[in-house]
Amino acid sequence: MKRRSLFLNFAAAGGFLFLYAPIIALIIYSFNKSKLVTVWGGWSLKWYGELFQNEQIINAALLSFKIAFISASLAVVLGTMAGFVLSRYGPFRGKMILSGWITAPLVMPEVITGLSLLLLFVAMEGLFGWPSGRGTSTIIIAHTTFCMAYVAVVVQARLASMDETLEEAAMDLGAKPSSLFFLVTLPLIAPAIISGWLLSFTLSLDDLVIASFVSGPGNSTLPMVIFSKVRLGVTPEVNALATIMIAIVAIGVIAAMYQMRRQARLLAKPE
Amino acid sequence: MTSSQVIDMQSSTAAATKEVPLWKQDGAEPFLKIENVTKMFGEFTAVDNVSLNIYKNELFCLLGGSGSGKSTLLRMLAGFESPTSGRILIDGVDMAGIQPWKRPVNMMFQSYALFPHLSVADNVAFGLKREGVGRSEVKKRVAEMLDMVQLGHLGKRKPNQLSGGQRQRVALARSLIKRPKLLLLDEPLGALDKKLREETQFELINIQEELGVTFVVVTHDQEEAMTLASRIGVMNNGVIVQTDEPHDVYEYPNSRFVAEFVGSVNLFEGQVIQDEPDSVRISSVEAGATLYVNHGISCSPDQVVHVAIRPEKITISHNRPNQSENCLQGEIEEIAYMGSLSVFKVRLPSGKEVRVTQPNFTRDMGERFTWNDKVFLFWDEDSSVVLTV
Repeated sequence: MKRRSLFLNFAAAGGFLFLYAPIIALIIYSFNKSKLVTVWGGWSLKWYGELFQNEQIINAALLSFKIAFISASLAVVLGTMAGFVLSRYGPFRGKMILSGWITAPLVMPEVITGLSLLLLFVAMEGLFGWPSGRGTSTIIIAHTTFCMAYVAVVVQARLASMDETLEEAAMDLGAKPSSLFFLVTLPLIAPAIISGWLLSFTLSLDDLVIASFVSGPGNSTLPMVIFSKVRLGVTPEVNALATIMIAIVAIGVIAAMYQMRRQARLLAKPE
Repeated sequence: MTSSQVIDMQSSTAAATKEVPLWKQDGAEPFLKIENVTKMFGEFTAVDNVSLNIYKNELFCLLGGSGSGKSTLLRMLAGFESPTSGRILIDGVDMAGIQPWKRPVNMMFQSYALFPHLSVADNVAFGLKREGVGRSEVKKRVAEMLDMVQLGHLGKRKPNQLSGGQRQRVALARSLIKRPKLLLLDEPLGALDKKLREETQFELINIQEELGVTFVVVTHDQEEAMTLASRIGVMNNGVIVQTDEPHDVYEYPNSRFVAEFVGSVNLFEGQVIQDEPDSVRISSVEAGATLYVNHGISCSPDQVVHVAIRPEKITISHNRPNQSENCLQGEIEEIAYMGSLSVFKVRLPSGKEVRVTQPNFTRDMGERFTWNDKVFLFWDEDSSVVLTV
């Protein structure tokens, strides 16, 4: 194996340290025995135990998972349809605009997305009484909105690289367009859909800003609870909670990457 | 394949050659009728007023360069494109408005288009399952079909675990499993290497004869078309220039385009000086000789025509032959020894270059001639063809 230069080793170590040192510190401190966050008092699982006693946090976590699950599922359906239109509709007037608009939520500041959704919900309530007040449903709608953009991008990329003669071959062999989608297209883009779902799930679980705008009283998601707790001072409990969330997000991201790799292998042309 | 099958097939081909082919019988009903079909893409005419009759059990080749419209014509037969005008009838049924999944036609794609997420057996079974054939019947027919293409042992593999030749055979099996009346093949051998292609050519002909399916093959490879086809339709710029049996396309091309596209040819420009019903005499400055052809043509006096002669029909010699017509003089400029034959490029005094190929009958054949030799080139009066267009 080629010997790498000292500089490259240094650069790699520096980069990883910069990225992961804070997270590692957080994880280590979540096992701290001491009640003071900044003082090391030996190893303990005490704060994990405390965490599971805390009903407010548990409820917020359950709510967050529920929201993440539902909005990821909705985002996958809507995002797949959008991705499909973008790659299969052929050239049409306004295609550029549509594809620009679909990806806009990816770069839009969350504060703006959150604020605009809040204004929309308030206006809708004033006009035809739905959604009445802010709550779980408005958070789900908001999360679906921005997660859908991610799914659309992933699905569109997948469809663009897919050989269209596969669909023609299926039709030629007697598959009607309706069954064609479920027999050929869907299995082929399934990995993209799964990774889109996982991505949406973690994004929704993470979100603080948008959720803060569109949630109502008694509907605090986990990031909102953490944020409000931290404002009163960081407790070791929050460290434990953060560690668990990091683990969940990491599993989601790794699973999404694994899906992508598997898909690439499946569709790779031999030789 | 068992030896008895081989014998069977040989005898059936022998029987078939004795019969007058359908396209030579008066009043024979064509199986596939293409009537004045035109396809426009915007301003561009891909297929221009094509009419073509293809008969049952034919292996018809559409031969043409890229952009000649041959693939568009094939896609219209499959139903992926609809003609801008004209009609397509398959077995007497007008295909207008009939969707691809309802046509009695299957297609083998150039890229093979195998479903990457399905096993070989499931790929082959795909068409039958759409028809609602029972599970045991599907299994039986898939096994038979895979055995026919000699892939019985690979049914569980995924397409990306197969070699190019194996994938080609899966694609063929998949397109034949529904027993289509008409099979369309888009460059069926294009992705295979030369050796495999030659083997597969004959396999394809055997399968076609065994199943009695009408094949329409699209190819840009003239050698492939010559070996496979019962008839060839040569396409250029969206038009079918000539439709004939391979032998006739090669020996009696109807235009300079066909003569040059199919095989290689020497063309001499000349003027008709004597026009009899059964022969023509042409004076050619380019050839530096009078050329005599023993078939009549329809032309006006003094018309400028081209005489086409294939390189292998020319004899090359150091000695003057006993003929004054169809005899040229020149100097050898290039020699290419190709093993089975030698290729000579001979420069005529007019500057024209003539290509001559000679089989190497004996081992020293290639050494008899050398560069800058003064040679005579000559041929029989029934070896050349006069082309008016």
